[in-house]
Amino acid sequence: MVEPIISFKDFGFQYDSQSEPTLKHINLDIFPGEKVLLAGPSGSGKSTLGRCINGLIPQSYPGEITGSAIVAGHDIKDSSIFELSFSVGTVLQDPDSQFVGLSVKEDIAFSLENDERSQTEMRAATKKWAERLDLKPLLDHSPQGISGGQKQRVAMAGVLIDESNILLFDEPLASLDPASGKASIELIDHLARQQNLTVVIIEHRLEDVLQRPIDRLVVLKDGEIVGNDKPSAILKDSLMQQLGLREPLYLTALQLAGVKLADCNNIDSAETVAGDNIESALQRWTAGVSLQEPVLPKQPLLTLKNLKFSYNRNQPVIHGLNLTINRGDMLSLVGRNGTGKSTLSNIITGFLKLDDGEMKLNGQDLTQLSVKERADHIGYILQDPNQMISKAMIFDEVAAGLRLRALTDDEVERRVNDTLKVCGLYEFRHWPISALSFGQKKRVTIAAILVLNPEMIILDEPTAGQDLRHYTEMMNFLETLNREQQVTIMLITHDMHLMLEYTQRAVVLADGGVLMDARPADVLTNEAVIEKAALAKTSLFTLAERYHLPSALDFVAKFVQTEREVRSHE
Amino acid sequence: MNSQLLIGYTARDTFLNRLSGSTKLIGFVALSIIGMVTYDTRFLLGVLLISLILFHFSKIKYHEVAFVLQVIVAFAILNLVMVYVFAPSYGITIYGTHHMILGSPDHYFNLSWEQLFYEFNLLLKYIFAVPLALIFLMTTNPSEFAASLNKIGVSYRISYSVAIALRYIPDVQNDYRTISLAQQARGYEISRKAKLMTRAKGAVQIIMPLILSSLDRIEIISQAMELRRFGHNKKRTWYMAQPFKRNDYLALIIIVLIVLVGIALFKVNGGRFWNPFK
Repeated sequence: MVEPIISFKDFGFQYDSQSEPTLKHINLDIFPGEKVLLAGPSGSGKSTLGRCINGLIPQSYPGEITGSAIVAGHDIKDSSIFELSFSVGTVLQDPDSQFVGLSVKEDIAFSLENDERSQTEMRAATKKWAERLDLKPLLDHSPQGISGGQKQRVAMAGVLIDESNILLFDEPLASLDPASGKASIELIDHLARQQNLTVVIIEHRLEDVLQRPIDRLVVLKDGEIVGNDKPSAILKDSLMQQLGLREPLYLTALQLAGVKLADCNNIDSAETVAGDNIESALQRWTAGVSLQEPVLPKQPLLTLKNLKFSYNRNQPVIHGLNLTINRGDMLSLVGRNGTGKSTLSNIITGFLKLDDGEMKLNGQDLTQLSVKERADHIGYILQDPNQMISKAMIFDEVAAGLRLRALTDDEVERRVNDTLKVCGLYEFRHWPISALSFGQKKRVTIAAILVLNPEMIILDEPTAGQDLRHYTEMMNFLETLNREQQVTIMLITHDMHLMLEYTQRAVVLADGGVLMDARPADVLTNEAVIEKAALAKTSLFTLAERYHLPSALDFVAKFVQTEREVRSHE
Repeated sequence: MNSQLLIGYTARDTFLNRLSGSTKLIGFVALSIIGMVTYDTRFLLGVLLISLILFHFSKIKYHEVAFVLQVIVAFAILNLVMVYVFAPSYGITIYGTHHMILGSPDHYFNLSWEQLFYEFNLLLKYIFAVPLALIFLMTTNPSEFAASLNKIGVSYRISYSVAIALRYIPDVQNDYRTISLAQQARGYEISRKAKLMTRAKGAVQIIMPLILSSLDRIEIISQAMELRRFGHNKKRTWYMAQPFKRNDYLALIIIVLIVLVGIALFKVNGGRFWNPFK
């Protein structure tokens, strides 16, 4: 019988800084060559379990261990990060901040330098892994000069160079655009087979990881294992929602059409799912739903004409861009990394100065207004709330903008309290911000902008790094703002689910201009646009094609419409 | 904008670029020390000449270093003036004679050839090291920088922190810009339009989020480094270190010779000062 390479027996862990154990009664065996997906909502303990595998626990995060945990023959209780690092290679979540070298080749060779290997050995090993991971032309580049997907490949090369046989990925998809994320999952799969690696992936975006076969899905909730089986077995039970995970879209669609998942085969992927009555059920469902033409706002709020911008003269980032955003729009701005999504928002907010073109807000020339003056009309919310928060208390943080505008204390108090009520933060108003969760902090930053009464807000990746519950809360909140306060909302996002389910309009940027401006369903069923803008096809589209539905576009649009109706009745 | 203010490495095809970083560092440090100790004008002029010749061969363009040079010149002049203001007869004390241009040695403010000569020596000291420092910084690949520090005996943990700083400065600058603009959008005025106090208050609003986000960054970097075995062994090797070649040994011999000449001159002069007034 094969011995497990990772083995947890009635394992528990409690951080010294916390009063409750984070992991309880974990029993888990992972065998050599297995590919395991570790999923669970925020706070479920999945990252903690990862830290136990690479030795950061108990070395860097002291705490109390109960039971036993053996990783590659080492009891984690008395082995160091150093010992474990020869067997376990870890790729951290943010490919940018784990890049320690000044250039790609130095970063790949980093662990060999620490092992005191000779330069000849390092050069040979670096060359080998750069070739395998397609990084050869980038070897002399600095981290600032390469994309997120490339950085992640560098990080992989940097741990594979140790020839360790366990690879641990901590949320590998979190900061990649959809196409890079897909490429990354394919690469992991390819390497795992080629090198016969044991792979543990920590990720809550199931659907994206399941694009390639996974041997086992382990689901954690509140520090305990609540699911440990082949993915298909867990998906069939359709327990995803209860477990706080997002169910793959194609499965939601099948259930909407009345298909029983228990009767289906190969349900891990939209490419393979099969069953006797799927085709007829889907066709019946799509014929039975009539598509209503959505009422889109028509009154222009912000008009951009022939915008031009470049950081240096030879490479224009934005070149002849035209876009009209209407009052009350909820739209998503999507596109490949580096196509100028953030640049465009920075131009609108005045952070960057336009080379040429016209920008009008309600007919008023925006280019004549300062950053501060524009902020009275258009608010911009950064992805990382920690970059925005500058006060210790919630009330003060939200009041800061008003106080700077020299309003009376009564007026400030009234408006801050109103805004806090809208944002569901009123009860917390006297709390220190440090006591809040990531999602709540994000809400504080939104409140601090909303209090200025902007007509429009721009949010950069509003749901990045949040699990299903926080994601849904955030998006429902934004939807309410849009509907009830008539705030125009522009979301910059890589999340195709978000774009499809929550926005009525998608603007795709490519080659310095608007490549497509249409309903999200139109965008995600247009293969040319998907490829050019590094988006990802949704599994709904695959489903529609495989089961010969009359129009994939209609099917996706009907699905979104039905979902939205369900949501508004909840 | 930033690129003009900061001086940085560019790949240039010169023999100075091909020398190992350690050789250049040793040369820079050794010549600076001997030059700082000695007041022998002949020696200083000689070293200045050598460093100017090297600077010429390094193919560094004046406009690349103009800003730094201007700052250094301004400071050197200020320094010389201050030396005169605080000790106008120090030259007379050192050289033991007085050849007056203005006033008499009994007055506090006077001007003597000895004082001028002493300050001329100071000026030489300020300027001879500048081309050497620029050559070292601008012809040494930053990646090799840490390796050279380590080679001359600085602990690799400290050496690597130099490399890490170089790696993350652009990221932190970026963070700073983003945070600053986000705060400005909320109404903090930090541009020149505002009063000094308002600007200072605005700056504080940027520093706090910047520190918090940098602390997060540091935690992740140190984890990433630890997971890849940094800091466990007593030594480490360097991918970018350049082994010593013939030219390096040659350069080191020349450096040693120059330093020896400097030391020999102490003997000849009977001290650190060369006295032409005797």
